[in-house]
Amino acid sequence: MSGHSTYEPKTGIERWLDVRLPILRFANDTVVTFPTPKNLNYWYTFGGILALMLGIQIVTGIVLAMHYVPHVDMAFNSVQRIKRDVNYGWLIQGMHANGASMFFLAVYVHMFRGLYYGSYKAPREVLWILGCVIYLVMIITAFMGYVLPWGQMSFHGAVVITNLIGALPVVGPAITTWLWGGFAVDDATLNRFFSLHYLLPFVIAGVVALHIWALHVPGNSNPKGVEVKSEADTVPFHPYYTVKDGFAISVFLLLYAAFVFFAPDALGDAVNYVKANPLVTPAHIVPEWYLLPFYAILRALPNKLLGVIAMFGAIATLFVLPWLDTSKVRSMRYRPAIRLWYFIFFIDCIVLGFCGAHAPDDLVIPGVSGLQLGDANLNSFVWLSRFAATFYFAYFWVITPLMGLTETPLKVPESISEPVLSHPASAPMGAMASPEKRG
Amino acid sequence: MLRKAFAFAALGLALMAGPALAGATHAEPKDVHWSFEGPFGKFDTAQVQRGYKVYREVCSACHSMEQMYFRNLGQKGGPFYDEKYKNPNDNPYVKSLAKDLQVKDIDADTGDVIQRPAGSADRFPAPFPNEPAARAANGGALPPDLSVIVKAREGGPQYVYSILTGYKDPPPGLKTGPNQYYNPYMSGDMTSSWSGKGPVPEGGFIAMPPPLVDGRVTFDDKSPSMLSQEAKDVVAYLAWASDPKATERKEFGLGAMIYLFFFSVLLWFSYRRVWKNIGH
Repeated sequence: MSGHSTYEPKTGIERWLDVRLPILRFANDTVVTFPTPKNLNYWYTFGGILALMLGIQIVTGIVLAMHYVPHVDMAFNSVQRIKRDVNYGWLIQGMHANGASMFFLAVYVHMFRGLYYGSYKAPREVLWILGCVIYLVMIITAFMGYVLPWGQMSFHGAVVITNLIGALPVVGPAITTWLWGGFAVDDATLNRFFSLHYLLPFVIAGVVALHIWALHVPGNSNPKGVEVKSEADTVPFHPYYTVKDGFAISVFLLLYAAFVFFAPDALGDAVNYVKANPLVTPAHIVPEWYLLPFYAILRALPNKLLGVIAMFGAIATLFVLPWLDTSKVRSMRYRPAIRLWYFIFFIDCIVLGFCGAHAPDDLVIPGVSGLQLGDANLNSFVWLSRFAATFYFAYFWVITPLMGLTETPLKVPESISEPVLSHPASAPMGAMASPEKRG
Repeated sequence: MLRKAFAFAALGLALMAGPALAGATHAEPKDVHWSFEGPFGKFDTAQVQRGYKVYREVCSACHSMEQMYFRNLGQKGGPFYDEKYKNPNDNPYVKSLAKDLQVKDIDADTGDVIQRPAGSADRFPAPFPNEPAARAANGGALPPDLSVIVKAREGGPQYVYSILTGYKDPPPGLKTGPNQYYNPYMSGDMTSSWSGKGPVPEGGFIAMPPPLVDGRVTFDDKSPSMLSQEAKDVVAYLAWASDPKATERKEFGLGAMIYLFFFSVLLWFSYRRVWKNIGH
């Protein structure tokens, strides 16, 4: 997609096609000869894993749509029919339902990798923002997909989330009614969610194409965070990264298969095997695990509108991250001071996830009720999520800008290939005797 | 450093584990073991057959199983599968089981609603024509559909077994209303009914009277018909009905895992070889 092409058509047909539609040249330059930094580690394989997961979700989803019935009276039974009577329906449905979880697992690793190695910094801001767009559309798609089986959690989750829009002043209730296609979550809602759940993955695929385009203009970032200086720093994508990504994909599929075949319901909620009943509300309404941190942020605030703003703000923050980070050093490998905060942030996200899974008034440490401050029990999950949500925002809006200005980074190597052994953990100090680079 | 991060994360998980309880309580389900547990577990055909008899003679009086067809009993992995009949609809034993029950149909000549003996392609008939009828016959409570009951309850087969075998006389001081039976494994909050000494007992009220007692069902294979046996068998049947493709899934999965494992090993060596001369 950029740079000069090394493709040479060999046969007559290829030469003929090359002057008319250079699609083979494009494919060659994109996935065969594309010069890729030679020091990408396994954290960088998740881009390929994600591309595969998107493909699996689309293919299994198309087959499921052939058998699924988007009607409030038939949706639940049609999913059961797929699992019981459709040939290999149990496999296709299991791959799709667990595939959503695996997709999010991979996207979180991919995002945390980008965060750690500063992959969002100039000149890759657009690449990062496109990634954030993909993530946002993924959340919407996954939420709508979860509604389709029309179990108890599907229905009541849809009620809770669509009602959030109603918190907007003045226009909120009207928009909610418009989204529902009626005055409650009902058949019209299910139908449009099905339609959009089918549409949005193709939107994701389109943005993925832009994401890869934006990747191939500046080229990959890498664990050292220094730009490619010469050809010695790179290897062609094929076979070097096709085989490395291929190995990582295969290992990832082992994990995926373990869930699909041996624990297909481990990541789901038992309540969703009960057919949706608007008159019976489940004791605890919780989203799937991958949305729990945002659910915790939503519930951390006592006011519904503020909670909605905070939840969307948590995602919106990611979009502006490239301009919040003031450090000129890309990789946290050379930023020991912020690295610690980064790991605390990682744990913070997991803590938020646990907060989202528990009822707000549940005790964090069972049996300890002493941490009372006025009316507030600081040992409750709602308070833990308040602290954790505060840290979530502080990490991006306070710690990240401040650390870039105040920290003293380690010496950044001159280039990717020199010195070869420049990982700070393994190299003697002399090996990194290049002058400090801050840009 | 990343390793350290994982250690931190694990520590975080350890600190967070253990949900706190508030309001509703229930006893931990009994620790029962099943032949179908784990990645290699399979259903015990004889047990699932006995379980079907318990369901048919006891549960089906009130509980529907709307996802189930008689043919399911004769499909591969089902309790009455017979290799001679690849098409389970042809299985004579399944046909004979179906024939004992009546299903509603429309007379093709007159258009009248009629009752006819069920065939293997029919769904299990529901005990009540609709929800209000089911509630009216059960003191206002709705007996849940049992098609996926083992998947639809936290704790799965252990939970269902514990409910069936866990009925207890209410402790003195616990006021039980009409159609209320005390069961420590049922989740509930009995604070308002408790006037006894000490803390409120674990568990809640269930509207279903104890369905199984010793000797309730006579098994064809002379298995002892104690309560625990009946309960275990019917739970095995319900677990199979909730996930009839479980055995096929696990067998397929084993092959897939072995394939992926060797594929990964192959790719690992390919990777080592391709990258051999690249310093990185």
